[in-house]
Amino acid sequence: MAAKLILSMDGAVIKEYPLNKERMTIGRKAHNDIAIDNLAVSGEHAAIVTILHDSFLEDLDSTNGLEVNGVPTKKHFLQNNDVIEIGKYKLKYINDQVTQTTAADFEKTMVMRAPVKQVAPSANKPAAAVAPAQGQASSNKPAQASVESTGKFDAPSVSAVSQSAKPTVSQSKPAGDMQQDTMQKAAVVQVLTGPNAGKELELVKNLTTLGKPGLQVAVLTRRPHGYFITHVEGERFPLVNGEALTSQAHQLNDHDVIELAGVKMEFYFKK
Amino acid sequence: MVRSHNEDSVACEPACGLVVLADGMGGYNAGEVASGIAVSVVVAEISEHLQNALPVDRDAERGEELGVLLLDDSIRKANASIFHAAQSQPQYAGMGTTIVSGLFYDDRVAVGHVGDSRMYRLRGDILEVVTRDHSLLQEQIDGGMISVADARLSKNKNLVTRAVGVDSEVVPEIHVHDVLVGDIYLLCSDGLNDMVEDEDIQATLSALQRNLPLAAGQLIQMANDNGGRDNVSVILVRVNGKFSEPRGWLAKLFNWFQE
Repeated sequence: MAAKLILSMDGAVIKEYPLNKERMTIGRKAHNDIAIDNLAVSGEHAAIVTILHDSFLEDLDSTNGLEVNGVPTKKHFLQNNDVIEIGKYKLKYINDQVTQTTAADFEKTMVMRAPVKQVAPSANKPAAAVAPAQGQASSNKPAQASVESTGKFDAPSVSAVSQSAKPTVSQSKPAGDMQQDTMQKAAVVQVLTGPNAGKELELVKNLTTLGKPGLQVAVLTRRPHGYFITHVEGERFPLVNGEALTSQAHQLNDHDVIELAGVKMEFYFKK
Repeated sequence: MVRSHNEDSVACEPACGLVVLADGMGGYNAGEVASGIAVSVVVAEISEHLQNALPVDRDAERGEELGVLLLDDSIRKANASIFHAAQSQPQYAGMGTTIVSGLFYDDRVAVGHVGDSRMYRLRGDILEVVTRDHSLLQEQIDGGMISVADARLSKNKNLVTRAVGVDSEVVPEIHVHDVLVGDIYLLCSDGLNDMVEDEDIQATLSALQRNLPLAAGQLIQMANDNGGRDNVSVILVRVNGKFSEPRGWLAKLFNWFQE
């Protein structure tokens, strides 16, 4: 399903425009794909270039400019629900394509054939260069035509998930949201013995190493369902509550005492 | 993560300093077949030729080192094998694979790749991508259409512009890089870098470089924790000593890990 723009003014929807061409123009003159007959709108005000599932907005040196989500913009990579404002008009960008992280999409790596190379535009004139010769015959879905899907998998991802003991929290998040995935409580390691006794180390990273390189090192990993300690190097394995770790990761509980390279420390969750 | 179809294939041949990783695509088990053919052809070709020749030998006619030529030739051969298999068996029609391969010799590494499987290098604390993806997104980045930061938001991931086995010919991209003692090389399928930020890859390799099996496991775990659905394969290579020709490179440690 193609992405679309919904044109409205003062909250009243005027028209919907599917983005079904590689390049669509917005302007006052009638030949524009999205014609807005208003003096505040330049003859050719802006263009939207769509490549497969991504759309890019560009101001065509219009007199009054445009805003995206309230910010004056020359060029913008449109994201679902962005609002483009031209004068009193609003164009809402809707692209509810299933995002990449759904199972079906991930399993499809696809090959694009040679003509696609022309897509790479010169840095200066992206909008103009983006529409290569493929446009005429199939102006409805020109970009799609050059994609050859070779990926169709019958194995449902459900079966894969069931074997991986994976938490469900993070499965449908886009990759960019990784940091937010760690919704669990913040945790701290406090040194109990030795010269650094009393010092606290907040576990803000996904990976924190403890110990002395060459002697004994362990790593604390932050995962969606908790914190884990794993032995990295050294002949002796770290102790947790007096018991030596195996080579496996060990989940830490509140107030566990870790002993590593002769130093005791306590793991606890921040209140 | 275990899948009934694992489209990735990997191989390590410490005897000739070769690592290969391929991420196949195609219906049913065709992706697995394609990546399997690619890896076995490349390994077989290169190890056979290196039995009575050295990678530094120069081919007088083509004016290039054998190591580079072998990578190029073997990937082209893999392409032909996959293409022919796809032509002759209807269930394999259209199958293909990415590939990334490193041949270590003479304190250097020759890297050949096609598609979006990558090689990274950790040198000191700096993580760099050695290969440049053959993908739509990379072309858009190169063309100035989209910034690297915006690329993460793109819905056009997983579109490769070059693949092994989909056409009768393929042009592998081959470069030779100097290798320093202490370098760590990571080969991975896009299942890793789609799901784990470079920053986290860097932190993991830096922190766990003394324990590569753990580092490999940690990378895969992070991809899965972040919602990874694709196959994730990684190969890690640490350069433990100099290996200038002829036979000085025995101290190298290979490790591979796949899920």
